[in-house]
Amino acid sequence: LAAQLSLSLAECPGTGSAQAGRAAACQGCPNQGLCAAGAAGPDPAEAAELRARLRAVRHTVLVLSGKGGVGKSTFSALLAHGLAADETKQVALLDIDICGPSIPKMMGLEGEQVHQSGSGWSPVYVEENLGVMSVGFLLGSPDDAVIWRGPKKNGLIKQFLRDVDWGEVDYLIVDTPPGTSDEHLSIVQYLSATHIDGAVIVTTPQEVSLQDVRKEINFCRKVKLPIIGVVENMSGFVCPKCKNESQIFPPTTGGAEKMCQNLNVSLLGKVPLDPQIGKSSDSGQSFLAEAPESQATLSYRNIIQRIQEYCEHHHFQEEKIM
Amino acid sequence: TLAERTNLAGVQHILLVLSGKGGVGKSTISTELALALRSAGKKVGILDVDLCGPSIPRMLRVQDSAVHQCDSGWVPVFVGQDKAIALMSIGFLLERPDDAVVWRGPKKNALIKQFVTDVAWGDLDFLIVDTPPGTSDEHISTVEALRPYQLLGAVLVTTPQ
Repeated sequence: LAAQLSLSLAECPGTGSAQAGRAAACQGCPNQGLCAAGAAGPDPAEAAELRARLRAVRHTVLVLSGKGGVGKSTFSALLAHGLAADETKQVALLDIDICGPSIPKMMGLEGEQVHQSGSGWSPVYVEENLGVMSVGFLLGSPDDAVIWRGPKKNGLIKQFLRDVDWGEVDYLIVDTPPGTSDEHLSIVQYLSATHIDGAVIVTTPQEVSLQDVRKEINFCRKVKLPIIGVVENMSGFVCPKCKNESQIFPPTTGGAEKMCQNLNVSLLGKVPLDPQIGKSSDSGQSFLAEAPESQATLSYRNIIQRIQEYCEHHHFQEEKIM
Repeated sequence: TLAERTNLAGVQHILLVLSGKGGVGKSTISTELALALRSAGKKVGILDVDLCGPSIPRMLRVQDSAVHQCDSGWVPVFVGQDKAIALMSIGFLLERPDDAVVWRGPKKNALIKQFVTDVAWGDLDFLIVDTPPGTSDEHISTVEALRPYQLLGAVLVTTPQ
């Protein structure tokens, strides 16, 4: 039993990997037989298809956390709005949170449907230069639960990348669900067909969040995903009446700042709590446009600029030899 | 099997704490519920099936504990002031607390099944099951594994937005 315990903690190599069913970690996994009998690795034809589809995407940023409810979707939506403020840039926002897709509501696109054309699925456009895709657009009703196991979720994520006609895109922002599981492994695997500039990791100041975020940072390192930096969300609250600042989620262990120092990652910035953010999200409006004077807006704009600078600086050569 | 019949046979009620949405307070509520039931004199256990982000051990200050085995399976960690709340979480199985559990569905399902059948809970009035956000592998597997037993029901947690 002790041997089973330590082996059971080793990593799953991935059902699509060359090691599927054959790695030491596979012993005792109920899927072992299936994996061992399956394909020897990712389908090269599939990889070529994805590469072709994503060829015109210049920069890709993943928004991750590990912890739920820290503001990944809020951040993804505002990052997309912020980048799309430059009308010369084409921005795409892909929501791969299959069970809890928040992006349609936050972008004011609830009830929209996905249309198909000869060139694939058409993203839903908020602005001419800001297109969105989410499983939320594929549901009959917004309350329909998507109760899918990993493999089915992976299939839809692959379809989002392969079948959506994104066109020429300057920035592809990918919003993810909390955790380090199928969706995260799959998106990194499928996007290896193109180039991921890096991940932005969102957290709140409390240790209960940071402990999950450290795991996410380790996940990024394991899969060799560069970390653009960490955003500390819900970082302090300034009362609009008395202007007193309170720490709603006290950084009992030093907050994101200490964690970033310890793990040698960049702290991109801190965003304070502003009740208007939740209101704007619920009504599908851009908080940056509705509250341009808010301290939170200022923080967001600084963070977005830093992300842009990172992407432009680490510019990916389009002529990558496969 | 005999072990399956034995390990949950002494549990009177099983309560799932669910949400769908992350970060609304499922783990916090699970912990407070367990502590409140304990204060009311009940025998309580917590099963933390959030494999990617296990929060319960830290909330009960036992993040450095380890699990041991006995004849009928794994012994839960006993927490709380009187060490009377039984807890099982993947948090106890990690070599380092920052280790990411990067597993796909099938492996998560296997561990959840083990957590349900192989933990020697003993006699409990309530077993509270804390879940991760979503409606996916963990949730399907947990409900399937618990279906033969006395599933009391689910408490759903949300925030106002």
